[in-house]
Amino acid sequence: MSTFEAILLTIVTASTPLLIAALGELVTERSGVLNLGVEGMMAMGAACSFAAAVTFNSTLLGVGAGIVAGTLMAALFAVVVLGFAANQVGSGLALTILGLGLSGLIGAPFVGARRDPVAPISIPGLSDLPVIGRLFFGQDLFVYASILLTIAVAYYLGRIRSGLTLRSIGENHTSAHALGLPVWRVRFLAILFGGACAGLAGAYLSLVYTRFWSPNMTAGRGWIALALVVFAAWRPGWALIGAYIFGAATVLQLHAQAAQFGVPSQLLSAVPYLATILALLLLSLRHGRALGAPGSLGTPFVPDR
Amino acid sequence: MADVSPSGSPLVELKGISKRYGDLLANDGINLAIQPGEIHALLGENGAGKSTLVKILYGVIEPSAGQILWEGRPVSLSSPVEARALGLGMVFQHFSLFDELTVAENIAVALTDDWDLATVRSKLGDISRAYGLALEPDRAVWTLSAGERQRIEIVRCLLQNPRLLILDEPTSVLTPQEAEHLFVTLDKLSADGCAILYISHKLEEVRRLCRSATILRGGRVVASIDPRERSARDIAALMVGNEIGEVRTGTPHVPKGAMLTVSKLSMPAGGLHGQALEDINLVANAGEIVGIAGIAGNGQSELFAALSGERLADKADAVVIAGKTCGTIDIDNRRRLGAAFVPEERLGHAAAPTHRLSENTLISHAATEVSRSGFILLNAARRLATAIIKAFDVRTPNGDPQARKLSGGNLQKFVIGREIIRQPKLLIVDQPTWGVDAGAARLIRQALVDLAGEGSAVVVISQDLDELFEVADRMAVIHQGRLSAVKPVNEWTKEAVGLEMLGIAQTQGAVHAV
Repeated sequence: MSTFEAILLTIVTASTPLLIAALGELVTERSGVLNLGVEGMMAMGAACSFAAAVTFNSTLLGVGAGIVAGTLMAALFAVVVLGFAANQVGSGLALTILGLGLSGLIGAPFVGARRDPVAPISIPGLSDLPVIGRLFFGQDLFVYASILLTIAVAYYLGRIRSGLTLRSIGENHTSAHALGLPVWRVRFLAILFGGACAGLAGAYLSLVYTRFWSPNMTAGRGWIALALVVFAAWRPGWALIGAYIFGAATVLQLHAQAAQFGVPSQLLSAVPYLATILALLLLSLRHGRALGAPGSLGTPFVPDR
Repeated sequence: MADVSPSGSPLVELKGISKRYGDLLANDGINLAIQPGEIHALLGENGAGKSTLVKILYGVIEPSAGQILWEGRPVSLSSPVEARALGLGMVFQHFSLFDELTVAENIAVALTDDWDLATVRSKLGDISRAYGLALEPDRAVWTLSAGERQRIEIVRCLLQNPRLLILDEPTSVLTPQEAEHLFVTLDKLSADGCAILYISHKLEEVRRLCRSATILRGGRVVASIDPRERSARDIAALMVGNEIGEVRTGTPHVPKGAMLTVSKLSMPAGGLHGQALEDINLVANAGEIVGIAGIAGNGQSELFAALSGERLADKADAVVIAGKTCGTIDIDNRRRLGAAFVPEERLGHAAAPTHRLSENTLISHAATEVSRSGFILLNAARRLATAIIKAFDVRTPNGDPQARKLSGGNLQKFVIGREIIRQPKLLIVDQPTWGVDAGAARLIRQALVDLAGEGSAVVVISQDLDELFEVADRMAVIHQGRLSAVKPVNEWTKEAVGLEMLGIAQTQGAVHAV
């Protein structure tokens, strides 16, 4: 396998968790709720999935535990911001802090443990093609799942009735309520979906990407996923492209460090985060405002009755 | 559409409906009955309890007491879904549309049955033809005019085969032509047996359309009348509780030199949905009121921003106030030249909602009198607020309340009074009486006329044509960021203004020329 092929493969691995988490947050935000707790939910997903996978020696149970952990965290957030109409920014930040702390507690006994790699899917013939073989036909299940998820989310939002309901609620919850659409129920489910995706992304990090667990291993990926949603202008297809651009930035800076360009490694490590800021800056310069942002994003819904 | 049931048995009957918010009794024992196929008017000033009553009928809020009978059976409406299932449809005053979605999507989202967009499109076509409500299914709503938006709301209701259609102030955003178009549709619906509850404060419309009317004042029914048998003045008196005088026009205004000269003002659109200004020319002389008509979103806010200095022009000589070029100086410096500005949005633009009235005087008086070297002169601010409250009859719950505690009309009196009390040489006001009750509107218009009578120049941007014909000396129409010629009011007709508002005046001229 050439170095070039190896780089391409690692880009896919680095991009997949970003894509999964961003898709979840995208659905949450399209329903009008801003959940800044992605980082925390991801950390919990990573810790719980790793703990479950090691304890029961099962990747499948690990993934399940990660999704459940993310969903539970999201449910907590949903109760606070929907049930009590609390400020979404504050609650989301609190969720991140809680998730990072709690994941440290849960994961502490598992520091130093290792998991075997998850076997990639192999299609005889196709997987053996040069360069593109491993890239397109030899990935693990998560990668294909993330691509399918992108298509499913795009189809759901654009073509399915309840997807239209969700978009309407995110666009203008007062009108949606006046039309009799179930604002709270849809938002609750959308938040849970966001949590499940963040949990799955976390599981991917600890079970596939690193195959060990350490505190704060999410390393800001939740925040990058959040920025990706804005970068993608709340469209699933663009989220896919964005995730791969950021994944590439992450991987290429690692290779640049290895190649010893004489640039401080700290600066190179910062490249993906600088790219995030730059992308947001360029977007806001071009459009004057966040293009495509759901109209009631981040505003609590309190009907008068 | 539904059959007309024998006359005498009402389609819907409200009995003793009351709604209490804390100490406030918004609805107090209201009785109301609507027959099938009847167009029934609900009249009242702002705050009379019309919106509350309608929301109760549509299941948005719950009544504290009382009963709703639908075809004689008591029903409890705990959500709009139940109301719609019974056969109620509602067209909201501030449209309940989703700007970023297309017309077809906006309609589909409100339908209870299963759908696909192709079905919605074909149904949309049927209804459009039957009632003359033309709509393009794939346009995004934010690109549409207010009249087109209202059509979406009406079509959305009609697709559910309603028995009773509620319209809340439907013509407040329409041109005269669009309004007439709406009346034709409503007449057709009524002939098909659909009852209509028509909420308005425009009396001529009600007299044109309705055979019965219920008048609310202070949350109670004060009269049930046949509006065709009463004069508009009579009905207005019932609504307000005392007779409304007409605005006195002062002595005929003798122009005494230009206070405001706008020449070749162009400005790019500010935001995603903004409107660019193109080559605006306008003069306002001392002692006259210049009115600017137009449908919402045709550049009024942009023009206001350019005149006030919230957005600066490229060239200094695009805006000249009191002989000084000031296209590139900010709002405070324009105030120092004797200009004053009242924007459209009362809460959030003209006043800070959670600040007290005295603190709100700072917004426009900081440049002139209530602050010194960066320090606020609190006593001066309080004295000023008290003076405004007294001079402009602002009703407040206590001496110095937060701005958001005031009703719309009272806050509007305050923000306009705040500028007029400075005796500005030039006053520019956007939508001076939008959503304000008749009493407050009269007071505000009188104040504007008086200010011009004392020799100031006043520019009134408004969507209310009646208002402009009442107060303005000269008038122009803004359409898609371009201003028509400014002509004396008596040379305009409502029809001519309507055509300019739709931007078809020139085209028609061309047709005639051919």
